[in-house]
Amino acid sequence: MNIEYYIYLALALFSIGVVGVLTRRNAIIIFMCIELMLNAANLLLVAFSKMHHGIGAATNPTAGIDGQLFVFFIMVVAAAEVSVGLAIIVMMYRNIHSVDINFLNRLKH
Amino acid sequence: MNALILSAIWGVVMMFSGIFTKSGAAIRGIAITGLALLLVVNVLDFQGTALVDINTRGMLVYNTFSYMFLNIVFGATLLYFFLSGSDMERVGLHLAEYFALIFFILAGISIVASFQTLLMLFLGIEIISIPLYILTGSDKRNLKSNEAALKYFLMGSFSTGLMLMGIALIYGSKGSFSLETIGAGTGVITPLLGGGMLLLLASMSFKVSAAPFHFWTPDVYDGAPTVFTSFMATIVKVAGFFAFIRLFETSFGSVQAQWQLFAAIITAATLLIGNITAVFQQSVKRMLAYSSIAQAGFMMFALVSLNGKGSEGLIYYAAAYSLATIGVFAVLIKLNDYTFEGFNGLGKSHPLLAATVTICLLSLAGIPATAGFMAKFYMLSAAVENGKVIWLVILGVLCAAISVYYYFRVIQAIYFKDGEPQVAEVSTTFKVVMVLIAVLVVYFGIFPQRLTDFLYMVY
Repeated sequence: MNIEYYIYLALALFSIGVVGVLTRRNAIIIFMCIELMLNAANLLLVAFSKMHHGIGAATNPTAGIDGQLFVFFIMVVAAAEVSVGLAIIVMMYRNIHSVDINFLNRLKH
Repeated sequence: MNALILSAIWGVVMMFSGIFTKSGAAIRGIAITGLALLLVVNVLDFQGTALVDINTRGMLVYNTFSYMFLNIVFGATLLYFFLSGSDMERVGLHLAEYFALIFFILAGISIVASFQTLLMLFLGIEIISIPLYILTGSDKRNLKSNEAALKYFLMGSFSTGLMLMGIALIYGSKGSFSLETIGAGTGVITPLLGGGMLLLLASMSFKVSAAPFHFWTPDVYDGAPTVFTSFMATIVKVAGFFAFIRLFETSFGSVQAQWQLFAAIITAATLLIGNITAVFQQSVKRMLAYSSIAQAGFMMFALVSLNGKGSEGLIYYAAAYSLATIGVFAVLIKLNDYTFEGFNGLGKSHPLLAATVTICLLSLAGIPATAGFMAKFYMLSAAVENGKVIWLVILGVLCAAISVYYYFRVIQAIYFKDGEPQVAEVSTTFKVVMVLIAVLVVYFGIFPQRLTDFLYMVY
C-alpha cells in the first residue's frame, strides 16, 4: 500500500489529538488525546520502518528495524508517564473532587 | 558514561536508604557523598581514566563540552544540596525519595549531554521530565502544588507528543535516527524533514520555556515547592538548552539559513516577554520565574549564532546563571514572605546573607566584574560574530537594561527600606556556601578564561 495513506492517517490522528488537548476541559480526556498523539507517532514510525526496509533490504537485511525499536521505547515511556500522570490526577481529585482543568486558574492572580 | 551509570545506581541507593533510616541528616549525608563521587568520577572520566567502558555503538558520545557541562551541573547540584538540602524536609515526609528523583534527573542530564541519536534525546528528556512532574507535586496537601504538577504534566507530555511526531517525520525522510546521518546531506529541505524540524523546534522551545511556548513556566515555578523550583529553574533548564543546541548544531547546522529567522524571532519574543512581564510582578518567586524566561532568551543566542563562541558562552552561562539563581533561591526559601517587602531591612538584620544575595542579583543583572556580565558578553559577541542578527544584539542589550530594574528592586528593599524580615534559622554551612557562591561569581567574572580553558585542554 502507498506510504502516503499512512502519513495522512497518522497526521489525522495527531491533529485530532492536538485539537482535543487544546479544546477539552476534562483532565482525563486531555490525557487520552495526548496518548492519541503518541500513538499517531507510533503508527507513522512503524509505517516508515516498513518503507525503509523495502528500500534497503537488498543491501542490508535489517534495514528499517530501528523504527520499530523506537516504538517499543515510546510504549514503555508512555506507560511510565501514564502512571505518574494518573497519580497526579488522583491527587488533584482528592483535594478538589473534580478533574476539570477550569479549576486550574488559582495560580493566575 | 560513568557518571550516567553511577547516578542511576545512586538513585536506587537513595531509595533504599529511606527504608533503613529516617534521619534527615543521614540521608542528606548519603546524597552529598553520592554527588561528590559523581563529580570525582566525571572528572576522572574527563581525564581519560574511565572506571567502566561500555560500547554504546555511537548512541552516546561524550566530548569535552559534555564533560565540562556535566562538571558544572554536578558542581552546582552539590552546592544546591548543601544550601537547600535541609529545606526539603519541610516539603514532605519522603526526603530520601526526593533525593532519589534528583539523582534520576541527573542520569537524564548525562544522557542529554551526550546523545548522538534521536532515541537517546527522547529518553533523556523523558528521564528528566517524569521525576520533575513528581517533584512539582510533592507538596501533596497544597492545592497550588497540585495544580502546578497537573499543568506541568499536561504541557510536558503534549510537547513530548510534538517531539515524537517530529522524530517520526525526520525518520521518514532520512531513514535513520543518528544525528550525523540526518546532518549529512540535509542540503535540500523536503516537506517531511522541514515539518519534523519545526515540530522539534517547537517541542524543545516548550522544554526550555522559550516564548511563545513559555506560558506554563510562571505558574509551574510559582506553584512548585520553592526548593524544587530552584533546581528546575537552573540545572534542568540549562540541560534543556544543551540538548537543544547539540541537536540543532549536529543535525541541522548545515541548513541554518533556513531556520535561523525562526530561532531569532523566538529569541526576541522570549527576551521581550520575559523582561517586560518580570517588571510587573509582586512576588519575588514569580519574578524569578519570569527572570528565568528572560535568561533563557539570552541562552537562545547560542542557538541563533551556532558557532564556537556560542557553545563556550552556553557553558559559561550555565555556570553563571545556575550559581547566582541557586543563591537567590536559597535565601528566598529562608524567608517567610515571598513579596518584595519580605526583603525589607535584610541588610541590617543579616548583613552576610544580604551581601551574598546582592552579588548574585548583580550577576543576574549582568553588572561588570560578575560572572553574569561575562556570560552575556559571550552570548552577544557570538551573535555579532555570526553577523546576520545584529538587530537581535541591540534588542538583547536593551532587555538587559530592563532587567536591571527588577533585580535592583530587591537590592533596594534589602538596603534602603526598613523592616523586620522573618528569616528562618540559618546554619554555618549555609553561610559558608553562600560566601563560596559569591566568591565564585566574582572570580569567574574577573577570570572568565579559568572556566573556558578547560574546553581546550587535551589529555
